[in-house]
Amino acid sequence: MADTLGDRRNQQGAASQSAVIDLNDVEEMPDRDDSSDYDSSFSDSDRGKKKGMGDDIRQRLGENVAAMMWQSGKQQASKAWNLYGNIDILRPYFNVEPREVRSRLMWSFIPQKPTSQRQRVSRELYGPLMVIFTMIALLLFQMKTADHRVEEGTLMGTAFGVCFTYWFGASAFIWFLSFVCNTRLSMLQIMSMLGYGLFGHCMVILLGTVIHTSHDHVFFYLLWAVIGGATTLKMVGIIVTRTSGQTQRIIVCAAVAALHLLFLLYLHFAYHQIVEDLSQAFGSGGVQAQMKEVPVAIKPGVGGLEKAVKAAI
Amino acid sequence: MADVEFHGQEGMMNDVSLEGEITVPGLAQSEDDDDQFSTLDEPVKETVMRDVKAVGQKFFHVLYPKTSRVLLKEWDLWGPLILCVFMAMMLQGSSEHLDKMNDGGPQFAEVFVIYWVGAVVVTLNTKLLGGNISFFQSICVLGYCVFPLTVALVVCRIVLIADQTTALFIVRFIIVVVAFAWSTFASTAFLADSQPSNRKALAVYPIFLFYFVISWLIISHTHT
Repeated sequence: MADTLGDRRNQQGAASQSAVIDLNDVEEMPDRDDSSDYDSSFSDSDRGKKKGMGDDIRQRLGENVAAMMWQSGKQQASKAWNLYGNIDILRPYFNVEPREVRSRLMWSFIPQKPTSQRQRVSRELYGPLMVIFTMIALLLFQMKTADHRVEEGTLMGTAFGVCFTYWFGASAFIWFLSFVCNTRLSMLQIMSMLGYGLFGHCMVILLGTVIHTSHDHVFFYLLWAVIGGATTLKMVGIIVTRTSGQTQRIIVCAAVAALHLLFLLYLHFAYHQIVEDLSQAFGSGGVQAQMKEVPVAIKPGVGGLEKAVKAAI
Repeated sequence: MADVEFHGQEGMMNDVSLEGEITVPGLAQSEDDDDQFSTLDEPVKETVMRDVKAVGQKFFHVLYPKTSRVLLKEWDLWGPLILCVFMAMMLQGSSEHLDKMNDGGPQFAEVFVIYWVGAVVVTLNTKLLGGNISFFQSICVLGYCVFPLTVALVVCRIVLIADQTTALFIVRFIIVVVAFAWSTFASTAFLADSQPSNRKALAVYPIFLFYFVISWLIISHTHT
């Protein structure tokens, strides 16, 4: 405080003697390193106007440097903010009408017979993204129903990881294959196609979890064959019309079909198995076992079992 | 560079009148500034109470969602933070099973992540669909609109104290469904204006999914 008062006196003295102090500038830059120089030089009260000019130059130089620093800092910040800025790049792929999304979802179940004409594939990401988020929610539902446990991490993280890894991983793999086999599909088209294909998976998971009728998997296999098969055929149809050469067609189609159908099997059996064991072990009906009441009663028992198994190991 | 600038302005600077007050940063400002709204010298209690009142008012707006711009205009993240921490604590799996990694109940982190990541995803989706709403406004609205579900959670916890029967499960189910509908309705009431009219359905679907997951967490939570 004493310092500031002293400064103030100095400045007042300077103001009375030289005419070129821009007081606004002094006020604006209290923190700058050279402000101390500025003050001390004016404390020599008999310095003339010229000295003031020199200092003003220095001050302006400092201003310029500060402006440069500010500029570079701003660039850094804008780089960090770039992710948010990139939203505009993605925006065209979200430019859809509800009607279009609905019809695309419906058409993902309806295979079209391959003709000489190329089948159209949209470059749109809204539908696939929403399908995947729906699938994550359904997987969570299924995991909870099956009383699935994750040793490290959370159910949410597992569901997220599985869905997005499949989507990106399978798309990248198919993109590589289609590049090798000369299929005319861009990465975005593949992502969109696979994403809409996953809608079939959503239906199967939902139906398989809600209508879990018996201990055998006949119902699931039926759904798997019908719905999974339909979505697979749809994708195969697209690829066939966009690839030239029989061998190449077979390679890409086989890869897509295998990935797509095996993923559904994985989703069902990896996270659904336990409910089978539970219902068999305790002789309760599978349908009731889905609801959370039963596991509450059973859980201590299951915990005890697990402990016993762990101890035995 | 600096030289040129300086000489260019020299004449002008000589004309500047030297009268006036010298204001030095760090010193007390002149008395005019005291008329302005200043919170520096008010008691802490008043400051806190004002903020608490603002948050409480927003909760009320969520419970009674008429077209109001308060939630959008004066957004804050206090309400969402409070709700999120409260829900995460209430939904935390029971401590009896600490020896296992996960007893099936949602972890604190899981609820926390669902809450914030969900809100961010919904907001990004809104932005991508061309909605004219700022990022934090949307997060604020989505966060505050979880309030009915939080109330449902509290009620469910109370119901869970009694022995569980099918009737009580149905009661819990109905409570959660009503709260879910309420949350979705409130958030769409606030956010609907920011969307192009033909795309409202696309923007509402992720909101629906977000609240669906949260309400499902609540209904599936059976630990007492």
